[in-house]
This record gives sequence, structure tokens and C-alpha cells, in this order.
Amino acid sequence: MSGFTPLSRKQIAARIAQDIPEGWYVNLGIGIPTLIADAIPEGREVILHSENGILGFGPAPDPDKIDPWLINAGKQHVTLRPGGSFFHHADSFAIIRGGHLDLCVLGAFEVSANGDLANWATSAQDSAPAVGGAMDLAVGTKRVWVATEHTTRDGKPKLVESCAYPLTAQGVVGRIYTNLAVIDVTEGRFVVREMVPGLSREDLQKQTGTRLMFEEMEYA
Amino acid sequence: MIDKEVPNIAEALGDVRDGSTIMVGGFGSVGQPDALIEGLIAQGARDLTIIANNAGTGMTGLAKLMAAGHVRKIICSFPRSAGSTVFEELFSAGKLELEIVPQGTLAERIRAAGAGIPAFYTATTVGTRLAEGKETREFSGRTYVMERALHADVALIEAWRTDRMGNCIYRESGRNFNAVMAMAGDRTVVQSCGMVTLGMLDPEAVVTPGIFVDQVVVVPAHTQINETAGGMC
Repeated sequence: MSGFTPLSRKQIAARIAQDIPEGWYVNLGIGIPTLIADAIPEGREVILHSENGILGFGPAPDPDKIDPWLINAGKQHVTLRPGGSFFHHADSFAIIRGGHLDLCVLGAFEVSANGDLANWATSAQDSAPAVGGAMDLAVGTKRVWVATEHTTRDGKPKLVESCAYPLTAQGVVGRIYTNLAVIDVTEGRFVVREMVPGLSREDLQKQTGTRLMFEEMEYA
Repeated sequence: MIDKEVPNIAEALGDVRDGSTIMVGGFGSVGQPDALIEGLIAQGARDLTIIANNAGTGMTGLAKLMAAGHVRKIICSFPRSAGSTVFEELFSAGKLELEIVPQGTLAERIRAAGAGIPAFYTATTVGTRLAEGKETREFSGRTYVMERALHADVALIEAWRTDRMGNCIYRESGRNFNAVMAMAGDRTVVQSCGMVTLGMLDPEAVVTPGIFVDQVVVVPAHTQINETAGGMC
């Protein structure tokens, strides 16, 4: 394997930001998805939702302008854009579970070819995993995209035939953006849409735990 | 004259019994009624079931209540986070029961209790281990899990401004679980950052109408117990 450079986490976020059109209401999970907020092109109005009751939050404030009452779901200090609003938790999750968000982007431990997502418990033995809003977002939003490294740190595939980790939700993932490729989840298959320059189909397949389909790839 | 303000926390929490279920508002430290939690520690009730989004961090608030041995069980969505060492220690030692509830289901179970709805169906958790043992039902070809309302004996709330009738407004993301939990307690005690003259709260902007509130304790800025520099009020 040589001749290609995997995307950095920031580059994965920037790649996803390209695909979010103006006017969408979007929830960004913790990890790579959080970085998307800073990558949305200047002037494109995308409204960001936070579980703790905010629509329209903006970037982190300058350290001397921190407002202790204004945090996002990752408990980081944020700002509010003009047109932003506050609401309580039941309304916030009515927004999520009522199907009002256009998109959520989540991290993943594993995604299976039928769109199952595992991103909350690290093992079946983990008796105190933190689920937060992940299960609500995964079943409630109109689209679920995953942002993740293509493999674990020790090289195990995260895109698999079926998830070994405890599930967050069944059959919900529509698209996966990794450091190597953009892959749609369509009718129980992983369909590769885009790969980093210089990466061969064979190399991508080797790092994936189930069969990839390439015939519909838009850019090679 | 209706006046829900009580002079101190000891009076507000004096009759909390052992074995009570207590809701605690807030998300992380924002909107968490820390002074009321301190009051609960001083009051001494034990064997408590706590309903909150998080299981406390550091050594203040919920973490302090748990460390002092007052909590038997916690119902929350996100027990583990940076600094949740007290929870980790008690849980791994088998000294704390835990019920994990997805955040939206937690909010809706609380809302349902406040609205007199005994149970409801949701798609959240279908096909996951959090749905194990729960009744499911199909509506229009989709499977849903039944979840039950979640009541509390006492709800502890933090508000930004209140009046003597108990009307509340909140500040920014401090509203979070507070406005929902205020509806779901048999008794709702508000820690208010400031009391205003009756008529000063814009009726169009009141978030929690006073009917949901039983007692208000004013905790001004200088006595706020909070890790954030400068306090929250």
C-alpha cells in the first residue's frame, strides 16, 4: 500500500461539510462530527442543534467572552448566532424524535452493511456505558451519516458484515465518510462513491470487513 | 397572599424522607441546583434514587451527594464523563444501582409523568439491549418500545428569575431538564438566582408557570456553589 494519503480528522469533517446544503437543521455528535461546525463554508446557513436545548449555536467564544450558561451537548462553551433559540429537553428531543432534523452526523465503533450502527457501548460486558442522545438521534433524524476512521487504531475494520459491539440502532446509517472513502449504505450493501487519490480498490477492500461495491463510483 | 419563597434551604428540604426519588435538573453543571444538592446532603436523607442526566463530576453537586453515601440508585443517560470518578468508584464497588435511559426517552418519561401519561411508545432502543424485557408494539408497520412515565417525590430545579407565585424563567442552555422536571415532582423546589417583583416577569416569556412550583429559595451569586470561575448567577 502506497501512493495515497488518508484524510485527517479535520479533512473528513471538511469533506462532510461540503455535502450539507444551506437550510438544513443538523445535529453533530462528539468526535470528528464536532469538527464539521468549523468547516461549513462562510455564508452557508446551516442551523446546528444541540441536545441540551439550542438551535443555531455558533463557534467557541474567545476565552475572555465565555458565557457559563451556554454550552453544547459536548459541554463545550459555544456562542449563539442571530436567530438562535433555547428550549427545554423534552422539546429538544421532540425535534430529534419527531423527525424534524435533516441530518445527524455520528461517530461509530462499527457500521454494518445493512446500516446497523454501534457507537455507544464498547463491549457487551460494559455495564455502565453512556448512551446520551445517540439512540434518539439514530432513529429520529431524517438522515444518519457516520464520520469515522476506516479502521480501528490496531487496523481492524469498522465497516463490517454485522456489528459485534452492542447496537445503537438498526438499519439507520445512510452514508459513511472515512479517512479513505465515501461510502453509501444502499439496500444492504456498501457502495463506494469516492476514494482518496492513489488508493486502489483492492487496498480499500482489504481494510473493510465485508464486500464493497464499486460499480457506481462517481470519482476514481 | 401567595408566597412560595422560603427563607432557607433547610426549610425547603426539611421533610425529604429516606428512600425518596429526587429529580435533579441541569445538564453537566449548567442549570444544576448545586445549593439544593448541598442542602440535601446536610438534610441527611439516605437511600435516595436520583434522576438526572449525568452522574456528577469532580467532588461537587451530585458527585458529593453520592460520595457521602446518600444515593442508592441513579437513573441517567450519561453516567461516565471526564471527572465522573465518584460514580465509577461506587458503581464498580457495587454500591450504586444504575438505570441507563436514552436522553430523549428520559426527557419524555419525565414529561409524561408531568402530563399524566402513564406510558408511551418510541422507536428509540428498538433492537438494542436497552429494549430487552420491554413490551413492543407495531404502529403502521414500524416497531416501537413501550416506556413508562418517571415520577419523583421531589424535583430540584435551578431557575434564573422567579416571582413569589413561582413563575420561572431560565437562562440560555440552563433550561434543559429543569423545565420538564418542574412538572414531574410531587413537590418542586426551585433554586432561583433572583426573585423579582410580581408582575415583572413577561407573561409571554414565562417558561414554568407557578402552578408547577411549590417552594423557591433564592441563592444569590455570592453563595452559588459552582466550579465555574465567577459563579453562574
